[in-house]
Amino acid sequence: MIFVPSWPKDMEPLLTRYVREPNCFTLDFYLQHEGYDGLKKALAQTPEQVVELVKASGLRGRGGAGFPTGMKWQFVDRKSTKPRYIACNADESEPGTFKDHLLMERNPHLLIEGCAIACYAIGAKVAYIYIRGEFFHVQHVLEHAIEEAYGRGFLGKNVLGSGFDCDIYIHRGAGAYEAGEETALLESLEGKRAQPRNKPPFPAVVGLYGSPTAVNNVETLANVPLILRHGAEWFAALGPEKNGGPKLYCVSGHVKRPGVYEASMNITLRELIERHAGGVGEGRTLKAVIPGGSSVPILMPDQLDIPASFDGVQKAGSLLGSAGIIVLDDTTCMVWLAENLLHFYRHESCGKCTPCREGTDWLHKILHKIESGVGQIGDLDLLSSISNNVAGKTLCAFGDAAVTPVLTTLKHFRHEYEAHIREGRCSLPADWRARQPVGVH
Amino acid sequence: MSFHPKMAYGATFHKSSRQLMEPGPPFAYTAERLARFETIVQRYPPDQRRSAVLPALYLVQDQQGYITANSMRYVAGLLGITPADVEDVVTYYTMFFTKPVGKFVLSVCRTLSCALNGAERVTEEIRAALGIDAGETDQTGTFTLLEVECLGACDRAPVIMINDAWQEHQRPEDVKRLLDDLRTRGEAALTGCHHVVERKQ
Repeated sequence: MIFVPSWPKDMEPLLTRYVREPNCFTLDFYLQHEGYDGLKKALAQTPEQVVELVKASGLRGRGGAGFPTGMKWQFVDRKSTKPRYIACNADESEPGTFKDHLLMERNPHLLIEGCAIACYAIGAKVAYIYIRGEFFHVQHVLEHAIEEAYGRGFLGKNVLGSGFDCDIYIHRGAGAYEAGEETALLESLEGKRAQPRNKPPFPAVVGLYGSPTAVNNVETLANVPLILRHGAEWFAALGPEKNGGPKLYCVSGHVKRPGVYEASMNITLRELIERHAGGVGEGRTLKAVIPGGSSVPILMPDQLDIPASFDGVQKAGSLLGSAGIIVLDDTTCMVWLAENLLHFYRHESCGKCTPCREGTDWLHKILHKIESGVGQIGDLDLLSSISNNVAGKTLCAFGDAAVTPVLTTLKHFRHEYEAHIREGRCSLPADWRARQPVGVH
Repeated sequence: MSFHPKMAYGATFHKSSRQLMEPGPPFAYTAERLARFETIVQRYPPDQRRSAVLPALYLVQDQQGYITANSMRYVAGLLGITPADVEDVVTYYTMFFTKPVGKFVLSVCRTLSCALNGAERVTEEIRAALGIDAGETDQTGTFTLLEVECLGACDRAPVIMINDAWQEHQRPEDVKRLLDDLRTRGEAALTGCHHVVERKQ
């Protein structure tokens, strides 16, 4: 069992410091370690001051887009007569991402405290935690923690005697990647298909039940109590400029020690992969890295000496996204990889926008054809043509995400595609793949 | 009948692939589940009962294993929406079954990180051991095999979700023993998510 094996040397872990303690998820343990101090400090200030503090800290959304959280809260329409809501996005479904799972399982009160502070800051009385259906065991932990928090007056009516009311409810999803998109999440919460809405209006103005809503990722909300406890300057100083605070990195794929690693965003991708995750297996060489979940462009081995920050990775031509780092060694066939990911996107496309619904299906069909050895050279242009007709032509970012694996593998590994077509077979069949080619589903 | 001499409407053309849902036996929640439903509905504003459709369907599935047309009508009545609204939701989300499934639903993650660590081989072994394809149930009604997309346990790949529990670090050579254990010991055979395991120690 491999589990947060070592801390990067440049920083003490903050979010995952106690995750290996046997009773770290209990309220008593949490209270012994500064638990709910952030909420107390928040309640002693005005909601506007809390928003200003989070703005000053520079906290950026950990769900993928990296949008400043304080700004998001400030945009919440305070003049509206409708109730306001916090929706916590715990629908962690991006391939290669598993950080929120760890946080909720091992440090549930940190998330609950973050939700309560967020509610106070935007003037909401109710927060919904939308958790993916597959995290049933995590849901039990959260439910128990919420019950504990109600029991000691951290939630419910008149929180800690401040006159502030706050309820947190868990809403279980039922298996839809698209529910991780903020407006699709709200649709799903309203009891409909998880399909995105047209933006604007943004959820901050018209969100859940037509009310002003802030949708925040689990890790984002978990950072909020730290800012309240130790201040905005302290938080901002933890990483490079505009990339402050602790960050959880998920390293998986062909590495010796896959797992969640917490570090400041000063750490480089190479350090994370080689020093902490142990690098690729014996006798293997590193072929490529997907740095931020399956939806972002590939980085080559010579591009890894960059800070693993939102801005650092973007400068290198990719995105940090949800910090799901997938490492690929030299046994990986890049055409197979694109086919595998397009199978995912084809399955998860919600079907609302035609370019994405039809495009992902065609891309998968063509990739499957090439991988099975019956591709033609003209298929490569067809792949880029379809991709360019999907990207930017859909309501949500799913379309752009879905074509990225195709465009990025075509850019860096066009020779592999050509070899498949020339030789009429997969030129890199690895022993970890199925012995029989997988049929079209 | 065809208005076009060369187009055979009816036979091949205009044939919808949509399958009507099985009506199933008449459906109503047990008293205990109805009480649970009533507490769940309280979480949402009174004019937004529809929000409880996912939990309501989970309760149906908990009671009879899968979702039928009759149960959808029942849920629609409880929530004050149309049966079509409920079917819309049921057919969209992957965790609702519209056909009976085996006692153990084996959902093997097939997305990248699991695949890089041999998930395809695991599925292949299960297929061979049970003589079924993905999406099918074996003859005894014990196992249903599904290939699902990313479960979010990429550091413990490959992972199989068995009903609601996770079985991690699965290797092709472990499959036979896992299936035998499930047959004899039921869900007690599962190790669960490693976070849970560590906590029990």
